[in-house]
Amino acid sequence: MTGQNRHTPYHPRWYRRRVSVWWWLQSWPYAKFVLRELTSLFVAYYALVTLWKLRALAAGPQAYAGFLERMRSPLLIVLNSVALIFVLFHSITWFNLAPKAMVVRLAGRRLPDWAVQSANYLAWAIVSGVIVWVLRRG
Amino acid sequence: MRKGITPLLWALFSAGGTVAALFYPIHLFLTGVAFPLGWVNPPRHETVLHWLRQPLFKIYFFVLISLPLFHWAHRFRYTLYDGLQIKHLTVLIVVLCYGSALLGTCLAAYTLWSIH
Repeated sequence: MTGQNRHTPYHPRWYRRRVSVWWWLQSWPYAKFVLRELTSLFVAYYALVTLWKLRALAAGPQAYAGFLERMRSPLLIVLNSVALIFVLFHSITWFNLAPKAMVVRLAGRRLPDWAVQSANYLAWAIVSGVIVWVLRRG
Repeated sequence: MRKGITPLLWALFSAGGTVAALFYPIHLFLTGVAFPLGWVNPPRHETVLHWLRQPLFKIYFFVLISLPLFHWAHRFRYTLYDGLQIKHLTVLIVVLCYGSALLGTCLAAYTLWSIH
């Protein structure tokens, strides 16, 4: 749209109120929306941490020990804790919206929202459990 | 953005969002908090290497990195549009977002491939 609306000297200017960049701070639902959108930054952050870990693993035992040592820095522990909160927020909002994003029908009837949500939370618990189990088994 | 590729980007966003929602909290908790604070012992180098030699684990880690990166690219693109009101920079934003995701994907594939 923006590119197409060219003004000429004889064309009246459209009245458009300037919206502040901080519009979302005015109410909690807006803030929640923006915080939810910002979770993507922390998702990308952890993807990069995983990539970093893989590269350290590929480089050898010393590089891997160096990676583990780096993760022990207080700054990174704080950053990772904040990232964890945002990633949890992503999971919860994602699962709660799942019934709206994907309508599941069973025998011609639409599955109620709570059933789709419960299935997602159950899958989340199973996945987390399996990861811990694989780690423990070594 | 051409119409033809939009459904694919949307599908990658969805798939990546689901992978991140299911797998990231526990991984981030372990790697970022539990291992550093000594609550849980991190796996040893040879153990992880043993896992990563198996194709199934290679695919797992590839998916774990690549799909959430595309999820980020798609969501962050619109965050920039709405949040900073810079829709006129579409081409630059699109190239930076999806380009970074693609770069990360290639790097992940290369790293996993190089582990024997």
